[in-house]
Formats: sequence, C-alpha cells, structure tokens
Amino acid sequence: MQVPAQFEYERASSVEHAIALLARHGPEARVLAGGHSLIPMMKLRLAEPETLIDINDLSELAEIEVQGDELCIGAMARHADLLASEVAGSHYPILHDAEHVIADPVVRNRGTVGGSVCQADPSEDLSAAFAAIQATAVIQGADGTRTVSMREFFTGPYDTVVGPAELLVQLRVPIHPDGGSAYVKVERRVGDWPVAAVGAALRLGRRNKITDAGIGMTAVGAAHFVAAEAEAYLRGKPATEEHFAKAGEIAAAHCNPSADQRGPVDYKRHLAGELTRRALRGAAERAMARAV
Amino acid sequence: MTATQIPARVPTPTPTPVGYGSIPRKEDARFVRGRGSFVDDVQLPGMLYGAVLRSPYAHARIVSVDISAAEVHPKVRAVITGDMLDKRGMAWMPTLFGDVQAVLATDKVRFQGQEVAFVVAEDHYAARDALSLIEVEYEPLPALVDAKLALAPDAPLIRDDLDGRTDNHVFDWSAGNKAATDDAFATADVVAECEILYPRVHPAPMETCGAIASLDRVSGKLTVYATSQAPHAHRTMYAQVTGLPEHKIQIIAGDIGGGFGNKVAIYPAYVCAIVGSILTGCPVKWTEDRSENLMSTAFARDFHMHGEIAATSDGKILALRANVLADLGAFNGTAQPTKFPAGFFHMFTGSYDIAAAHCEVRSVHTNKAPGGVAYSCSFRIAEASYLLERMVDVLAHDLGMDPAQLRMRNLLRPEQFPYTCATGWEYDSGDYPTTLRLALEMAGYDELRREQAARREGGGDAPLMGIGLSFFTEAVGAGPRKMMDILGLGMADGAELRLHPTGKAVLRLSCMSQGQGHATTFAQIVSQELGISPDDIEVVEGDTDQTPFGLGTYGSRSTAVSGGAAVVVARKVRDRARIVAAAMLEALPDDLEWAEGRWQVKGVPSTGKAIAEIATAAHSGLELPEGVEGHLDATTVYNPPNLTYPYGAYVCVVDVDPGTGQVKVRRFVAVDDCGVRINPMIVEGQIHGGLADGVGMALMELMAFDANGNHLGASFMDYLLPTSMECPSWELGQTVSPSPHHPIGAKGIGESATVGSPAAVVNAVLDAIGVRHADMPLTPAHVWRAMQGRALRTDVALE
Ligand SMILES: Cc1cc2nc3c(=O)[nH]c(=O)nc-3n(C[C@H](O)[C@H](O)[C@H](O)COP(=O)(O)OP(=O)(O)OC[C@H]3O[C@@H](n4cnc5c(N)ncnc54)[C@H](O)[C@@H]3O)c2cc1C
Repeated sequence: MQVPAQFEYERASSVEHAIALLARHGPEARVLAGGHSLIPMMKLRLAEPETLIDINDLSELAEIEVQGDELCIGAMARHADLLASEVAGSHYPILHDAEHVIADPVVRNRGTVGGSVCQADPSEDLSAAFAAIQATAVIQGADGTRTVSMREFFTGPYDTVVGPAELLVQLRVPIHPDGGSAYVKVERRVGDWPVAAVGAALRLGRRNKITDAGIGMTAVGAAHFVAAEAEAYLRGKPATEEHFAKAGEIAAAHCNPSADQRGPVDYKRHLAGELTRRALRGAAERAMARAV
Repeated sequence: MTATQIPARVPTPTPTPVGYGSIPRKEDARFVRGRGSFVDDVQLPGMLYGAVLRSPYAHARIVSVDISAAEVHPKVRAVITGDMLDKRGMAWMPTLFGDVQAVLATDKVRFQGQEVAFVVAEDHYAARDALSLIEVEYEPLPALVDAKLALAPDAPLIRDDLDGRTDNHVFDWSAGNKAATDDAFATADVVAECEILYPRVHPAPMETCGAIASLDRVSGKLTVYATSQAPHAHRTMYAQVTGLPEHKIQIIAGDIGGGFGNKVAIYPAYVCAIVGSILTGCPVKWTEDRSENLMSTAFARDFHMHGEIAATSDGKILALRANVLADLGAFNGTAQPTKFPAGFFHMFTGSYDIAAAHCEVRSVHTNKAPGGVAYSCSFRIAEASYLLERMVDVLAHDLGMDPAQLRMRNLLRPEQFPYTCATGWEYDSGDYPTTLRLALEMAGYDELRREQAARREGGGDAPLMGIGLSFFTEAVGAGPRKMMDILGLGMADGAELRLHPTGKAVLRLSCMSQGQGHATTFAQIVSQELGISPDDIEVVEGDTDQTPFGLGTYGSRSTAVSGGAAVVVARKVRDRARIVAAAMLEALPDDLEWAEGRWQVKGVPSTGKAIAEIATAAHSGLELPEGVEGHLDATTVYNPPNLTYPYGAYVCVVDVDPGTGQVKVRRFVAVDDCGVRINPMIVEGQIHGGLADGVGMALMELMAFDANGNHLGASFMDYLLPTSMECPSWELGQTVSPSPHHPIGAKGIGESATVGSPAAVVNAVLDAIGVRHADMPLTPAHVWRAMQGRALRTDVALE
C-alpha cells in the first residue's frame, strides 16, 4: 500500500488565514487544493511536506464571473466548474475544449484551476490554454496582491513565481468580442496527459485579418508554454489555411520536445505543427462565426 | 424427524429457473453492495503489516544491507533480509517452472523492483517509513534489457547463482516436422516473412496481489489468506518452501479482484509474510501497491518472433515456420504444464489446414521481472495466434488478396474434425467457415470494403478507415493428467457434492473464481443435472480445508475441467438418487427414468420423485437395498480426456487520423464458438472483458525498459489500460459446436477474446495506413512513425 510520510494538517478559514498559516509553517508547508497532484506525489514520497494548509473551505476563491471586461476565474474553481461554466465557455470556448480532455470526471470534480497551474507540470493543459488567451494571475501575500502575466508565471518545470507565503487567488482574462479560441490535444487514451496539445486564440479584424494571435503549447518544451514566433508571424496576416500551416511549421521549429514513452522527439515536433494548424483553424472558425 | 417437521425458511419468491440460461450472477449481490471480502478486507486480531524494500537497480551486486536504524523504529517488529532467510534455507524458492527465484536478494539484484528486505510493523505507515531507514549499498552492474543481445559474448551474466552457468541461455525447444516444412518452403510459389514482437504486457488486475500469513504457534497451523488463482497448488508449494507439513497449511482465497494469470504464482513477499508471522507470532498482512504489481509480478508474452509462411500463388497455405526468442526475465517463472517449456505455442497452425509446420523457441534471461505465461493467454496460444493472424495478413498483403478470402480458402473444413494438426494437437469440433461467414455478415464486410474504397478516393485530412480480421483457435482445459502437470501435480480437478436433507446442495470445487461467476455457472451446471434451482446450490471454492484438490483457475480451464467434474459428481448423485427413489417407489432402479428433473416409474409421471424429496428420504429411516449407504453425496476427480478447442472469428473496424496517428475503434464484431453456453450472459461478459484487453494490448499497453533496465510502465499513468471510451459497443454473435468429449459439450471461454482480438485490431490499423507490419502497441506515435515507413521498436525507451 502506498502511504504518505507523516505531516501536519491545518485548515484555512480565509485567504488571510491561509497566508498567515503559510508564513507560520515556513517553506516546508504546502497548500492543499484538490490534492490530485499533491497527494499522489506524497503517496509516492516524491513530496514530503511537513504541513498541509487545506484551502478547500475558501469558497470565495471558487467563483467564475465577468467583472468589467474581464473573465475572472477563482483559483479554487474545480475543473468541473470551469467545464460547466456557460460564461467561461461563451467567451473562451478554448477553456471548455481543454477541460473536456483534462483527466477524467473524477479528477475534474476535485482538481482545481489554481492547483493545475501552480503544479506547473510541463504537460499541464490549462497552462497552455491560459498562455494562449493571455491571462493574468492574481497572487496574494501578506502585503496584498500582485498580478503576473501567465506568460511570466512559470519559472521552470514544477516552479512558478508564487512565493512560499503566497497564494494564487485568481486568473483574469480580457474579453474580446472579436475573438475566437480552440484547444486540441493528442492523448494516448482518454484521461491521459497530453502527448502534445495546442491552444489558439485569434482576434480578427476586417477581411479576417489577424489583429492578435495567442498560441499556447504544452508537453513540447515551448518556453513559457507559448509559440511566440508563430504568433508574431500571424499578426497582420489574413486568417487562411496557408498561414496557419506556416505558423504550425514555425511553432514546430521553435519548440523543444523531449522523448518519453508518449512519443519520440520527431513525432512530438510534428504534432506541435499539426495541432497548431488545427487549433488556429478552430479558433478562426469560431471568431468568424461570432462576427456573422 | 420427518420431512414435514423440518421448519421451512421463507421461500424465495420466484426461484431462479432450473438449468442453463442468462440468470443474474449470484455473487453480484455482495459485490454491488460493497460486501465482498478481498484479502485486504480481512482483519485479524493483532495483525501486523509488511512492506518490501525493492531494488532501484536492474542489475547490481549487493555490498551490504544495514537494518539497524529500521529495527529500532518504535513500531517495527521485525526486519527480514536475504541473509536471515538464507540461514533458514529460505532465501530462494522454486518457481512454477522448476527454476529458483530469490525470495530476498542475497548476492545480486537482477531486476528493478526486486525484493531486498521486508519490514514488519504495527501499521502500514510505520512499515513504509522504516523502509527509508534501511541502508543498502549496491555496486551497479551493466543491465541486460534487450533479449536480442542476451547471448552476445559480452552480455552481462545474470544467473551466476546457478552452478556452471556461463551465459543467459535458458532452453531451446522445437516442435513440428522440420524436414517436411523445409521441403514445402523450398517448392512454394510465395514465401512471406516478418519480424513480429508480442511485447511484454501485464495482466494488471484491479486488485493487486497480497497475502496475510498467520502461524498459530500452539497448533502449528499456518493459515494464508491470499490472492490465489490456485489455492491447492499454493498449499503444496508453501509446504515445500517452508518445510511445514501440508496438512497444517490452509489457504483461503476469498474474493479475488481479477487474476488473468497474475495470481497463479507465489510471490516473494508472501513467503516473507509467513516468515514475519513465524518471527513475531502475529498475523502479517502484505498488500502490494500498483507500482509493485506492475514492476515485480508476473508479466506476460515478451516473444520476439520471426514468422515465415509458404503458399501457392493463389493463396493456398502450404507451410509455416516460426523462430522465437523468448524473454523470460531474470528467473524462469513461467506458469505452464511441465512438458511444455514454451506453453502451447506450437499450436501455431491455428485454424488453418496447414500440412507442414515447424517452430523453434529459444529463451533467455534478461534483467527484467520473471513471470511469462500470464494474462489470459491459454499458455502462449495468444502469441501463436497473434503471429499467425498477422502472418496471414502479411501474406494477403504480399499476394494482393483480400484477407477474408485468404482465410476462407485455408480454414479447416467441418469434415476434417476431429483434426490432428501438423504439430500433433487433436482439435475436437468446429465448423469454421460458418463462423467466419457469420462474422463477415454481421460486420457487413463487403459494404465496409466499398466504404473504404470510396474513402481512399476522397483522400485529404479525412480519417483512414481500416478493416481487420482474426480467426483464432485455442486449446484450453489443461489437461489430461498423463500429458499435463505443474511441478509434478497432475491437472485433474476434484469435486464434491453434498445434498442436505432438505434437498439443498453444496458443491465444493478446487478452482477459484476471480470474477468469472463460478458461483452461478457451476450452480447452473448442477441445477441442470439434478432439476433443482441454482438458488438451492451453494458453490464453495478457495478454502483448501473445505475443498478437494485441483489445480485452480487459469488457462480457461474451470468450465472445461472443474465444470466436467461438477457434471460428473452431479450425475453420481443422480444415480444414487435413483436407487433411493426406487426404494421410495418400491420399484427397481432399472424401472425408473429421469424425466423433467424427477425419477419416475417409466411412463408414469405421477410417480415422479424430485431430488429434494429423494434427499429427505435418503437421510430418513427409509430402508435401502443391501450395500447402499444412506445420504446423498458424491465425490469425483475429473481427468479430461483431451483439451477443448474454442474458436472465433473477429472483425474490427478502425478510423485513423492521418495527421496525428490516433486510432478510434469504430466497430468490433466477435463471433465466438465455445460449445454449449451455460450462462450466456456470463459468457458475453467474459468476451467483453477480453475484447477490451485486446484493444488495450493492441493500442496502448506498454512496458518498455530503458538501457539501464528502468521500468517505463510502472504506474497506470504510464501503463495505460483501455476505458469504455476506447471501446466500441461490442457486437457479439455465436455458433455452437459442442465439444464431443466434454460431458456437457462446453469449452472454455475465459481467454478467447484476449487471445483473438489483438490481431484483429492491429490488422485493422495496418489495413488503414497501408503498412505491412508494425508492432504493438499502436499508440499515436507508433502509428505515425509506421506511416512514415520508420516503425519504432516498442520495447525500448523512445528517443
Ligand atoms: C489521473 C489524473 C489524470 C490527470 N490528467 C491530466 C491531464 O490530462 N491534463 C492536465 O492538465 N492535468 C491532468 N491532471 C492533473 C489535474 O489537473 C490536477 O487536478 C491538477 O494538476 C492539480 O490540481 P489540484 O487542485 O488537485 O492541486 P493540488 O494537488 O492540491 O496542488 C498542486 C500544487 O499546487 C499548489 N497549489 C494548489 N493551489 C494553490 C494556490 N491557490 N496557490 C498556490 N499554490 C497552490 C499545491 O501546494 C501543490 O504544490 C491529472 C491528474 C490525475 C490524478
């Protein structure tokens, strides 16, 4: 039987309380959100935190709503909440596309949006989705809140800018009525982590000219989960198959996948291109459908 | 007391009908209520918990093992090492195939995950904590992971524990007629060759393996609660390993959450739990975790095969040849009848009329876990059938022939039965062409081919469509004692049937259900023979103190062997009942006939006596003829006269995404012929499970090793099993060719679909992408690379 090493357990009753507990218990304390990444690591004894600070009572962090011209997603929103959220799906179908293919319903019922991005797994799906839609992370510490672009959120595999006595509280995404977005993933089986996945968000101007492009990629070693060169290539060009294919080639050339049993390097690189093309196509179709 | 005075219990409102049919499973009432009793559910007073320290290396010399820090952990009650076992003569134990295997390593570790030390503690947590307090110093050695390099002159020697061993060779074995085969190949119009790997896969039962050992120091009795598919064989083996007298050993296999061959062997930690109980005087429970199960327990397959098929240019198959390199891992722990080192692989001519065949199997050790024959393979017919069904498609590819037509042209014809194949197996019954025709009809084969042709015209990004066939024959129900034994134990099964005075029955069997529905199927068998409801028959299995000897459940043998025993023992009781009924009716037994579940005076239904009445009379003061004892019970040992030969025709339809290599199984048609079906619903359940297994092996199950021997599939994140999302709604059909030698014409069904389905899926995928061959598992990456003409080796780390 797999069992974790010994640890202390605290239950936070407010965001401030959670932050105070984190400060009190020091760097060996860890926040417990859905626990679907942390607990398995503890059972395998890959993680042996001294204290768990359970933030599951912080329902104020579970809201998904529009504030002004931003979609705001609380860190404790469960995958299932995001999947069920009409407001999120209507502004950013990419989030529903991604949530449909993240893990399985059991994991989605418990795992959280905040936990997903804080885990910073190099194959995390939401990291790519939020990178594509250029979200901003709201991080709270003893001294108040600060915001960080999701494109600067990750400092390395399993590492983020969130400090030891800080909490990710929210993700904010600007709403664009002229935008469309989509997410495509190749997995070996339902519920598997991606072999590769790409999310794309496009804003289209007159004659379907691309005014802004966001491309997020996961599991292929893209810096900050972003295909920056392909994005730059697309800006100002019309949304055509040909440009999408070229953007795919650029994205494939600039990512840096590593081989594992999900696939060899050449295949993952091929997928980066193929999925970029498909995600862009999906995003453009949705943007055009909205314009009609 | 007479019958009328026995107080009647509340009767079942509607008794389950007598005999065969799709009745709900009797065991499900407890399973769906969460009231099963699996090993890990068993709690004994004062029970302690074990944990295994395992080797991180695939091959390393053990320099030292320091347990001093673990021993002083306040909750640790014992720490066992290989050296301690060595002093008791228990550091090594026999495997199921006459080799030895380390219980705890003393000299070297030979695979990653091998058992090095065992901690006994007051709870699971302390046991695991103490593992990290044990200091083992290893001197890493080069690991041998590629079976193809096992016999190279510079290959590291794995089994230096065996006297005189200088290389990693285990055995060479061959079957068939070499000269006749060579002749046929020399004169054939066409010869197709192919290198085919059946990769190492794992049975991966939902319930991992475990045991509780409890030695009573006063009575000297050892009770072992275990996940065991073969409780009686385990008892004999424990007697050999521990030196305890066999009558003082009781094995209790409660409910088992899937076996598939994984629970046939005895694992080192079971022996450690026994030693832990001997040392502490307390029961010791050990339950392995998922990674331990995947890394260290019986794997399956791992056959590197070279197939050759000779044919005329119009597709008549003339001869078959196979050269196999078998990777047995560090110890030869294959579970199969002793006289068959490569199992029944040499039944590799399968379902076709092939005049000449010859196979050679060479086996080697590598730095991988031992095991070998497991996972619903009918003793390596899985490998044989896969090889042949791939080779037939390769031949069809080379000849430009339709694979269905090619199969139809070569299938055995009904008039050839009983048929003796080129390697000597005597097939009992079958009408193969009818079964194949039915499968093709159900699939709408011609229409599918038209759709495929139209799609190919279309081109573009649209999915590629593929149609794959497989026609398999198995030999199951091992087996005739003269031919088949495991460790000297003949493969006949006992059965005992006792009727209580009220006519209710208890059937005791040696086999062991792991989810196959024995409590229902075997009750139905007796029900059919005695004319009483299955509700009134309790099936007892798994407790060796309560059941007769027999070799257990694997190789689809339960219905074929224990099922035969159940029929025979029920018929013995029925014959005894005839004598009692004759006494009741004051007639001669010869004047009675068995009609509609009653013994009656011939032609006089009103005289009929049902078994329940007869049972009551048999226990009463009724005067019986001279020499006839009272009561109504019987025992038997069923020694099957031959194996049974179930078969089937499968058609799989897939769609492949050409841009990503992802495969979607669109349809799967399975027509099985397993002879008489006792409970058709249970039979279909067995087929559903096996088909899912096949989809898993064909598309995703992957146990590769990197160059250092690290296991790359040691969790369910890496070793993927199919879910309902990957499985289509199975389309089942049946034909019924009763086995002429089985008392009720039944054949085994447990493994049919697992054996037959992988080839159908692989054939479909390769048909879709137009590639002659690529190895399982056809993950998106492997499919894509095969489409590039650069198929990957699937058993090593990808680059
Ligand atoms: C079987 C399975 C399959 C999966 N498949 C996929 C998949 O296909 N794609 C995918 O993207 N993911 C997948 N996941 C991961 C899943 O999305 C997890 O739920 C998620 O990664 C973590 O969310 P959580 O709420 O459970 O986090 P936890 O496990 O509770 O926490 C994860 C980490 O984040 C920290 N943390 C959590 N919340 C905060 C916060 N608000 N502020 C600061 N730090 C915080 C924790 O301290 C911990 O270090 C899978 C998981 C499982 C178990």
